[in-house]
Amino acid sequence: MSMFRRQDDRYVATFAVDEARVLRKVASEVVGLLTDGFDPADPVVGRLFPDAYPDDPAGAAEFRRYTEGDLKTAKIDQAGAVLAALPDSAGGEVRLDAEAAEAWLRALNDARLAMGVRLEIKDGTDLGEELDDAVAEDPTSSRVFQLSVYAYLGYLQESLLNALID
Amino acid sequence: MGGMAAPQVAPVETPDTDEVPVADRQWVTIVWDDPVNLMTYVTWVFQKLFGYSREKAEKLMLDVHHKGRAVVSSGARERMEHDASQLHAYGLWATVDRS
Repeated sequence: MSMFRRQDDRYVATFAVDEARVLRKVASEVVGLLTDGFDPADPVVGRLFPDAYPDDPAGAAEFRRYTEGDLKTAKIDQAGAVLAALPDSAGGEVRLDAEAAEAWLRALNDARLAMGVRLEIKDGTDLGEELDDAVAEDPTSSRVFQLSVYAYLGYLQESLLNALID
Repeated sequence: MGGMAAPQVAPVETPDTDEVPVADRQWVTIVWDDPVNLMTYVTWVFQKLFGYSREKAEKLMLDVHHKGRAVVSSGARERMEHDASQLHAYGLWATVDRS
C-alpha cells in the first residue's frame, strides 16, 4: 500500500495501477456529486455542506446562499487537484508541493466523508470487524470493496498529514 | 484557588443586552464530533485555520471527541460565519450560535 513521504519540499508517493484507478474513481465521484449530480436532499451533500444554524432554517438558508457557491468551487478544485496529479493510465509517482498536498488532504477527507455516510460509519465503528462481517456475508460484494477503499483513503490521508507536519 | 479571603469588589453593572448593537454581541463557532474525521487531521485544521498552538488545538480536538462538541472561536457573527465556512471547506462539521 502506498504512503506519502517527504522529500525535501515535496510530498511523494508511488501508486500501483489499481490504487491510481481507485483514487481517480473516488475523486471523480466527488466531482460528480458536486456538479451534475448535486442533490441538496442527498445526506452526503448534507454532510459536506452542513447547516450553520441547525435551529434556524432561515439563518441556515441565508448562510448557504452566501457560502455554498464558493464552498462547492473549492471542493471541486481540491478533487481536481487529485485528478491532475495522478499518473495518466498506469501507476506511477505523485509529487506534490505544499499547496497541492493540502488540497489532497481536503479532497481525501471529502471522499472519506462521502463514503462514511454511504457506509453508515458511526462513532465506535470498528472497520476491521465491519470488513470481516462483510467478507463473511459475500466476499465479492460492493460493501467489501467500498470498506477497503474507505480504509485505504484513511491510511493515505494520515500518511500525507504525517509527512506534512513532520 | 482557595485559602484567601475574596477581595471586595464593587459589583460591575452588566450591560443590558438590548442596548448592545447586534453586530457586537458575542457569537461562537462550534465544531461537532463526527465518526469520520481523523483526530490528527482535526488538530491540524485548528492549528492551520486559527493559528492555535499544538497543545491548544489538541485540547479542542479532544473536547470535540469526548464531549461531542467544542467552541473553537468567538466574536462577531460575520467572523464566526467566516470561520464556519472555512471549517466546512476542510470537512469539519461546524455551526454558529450565540454565546
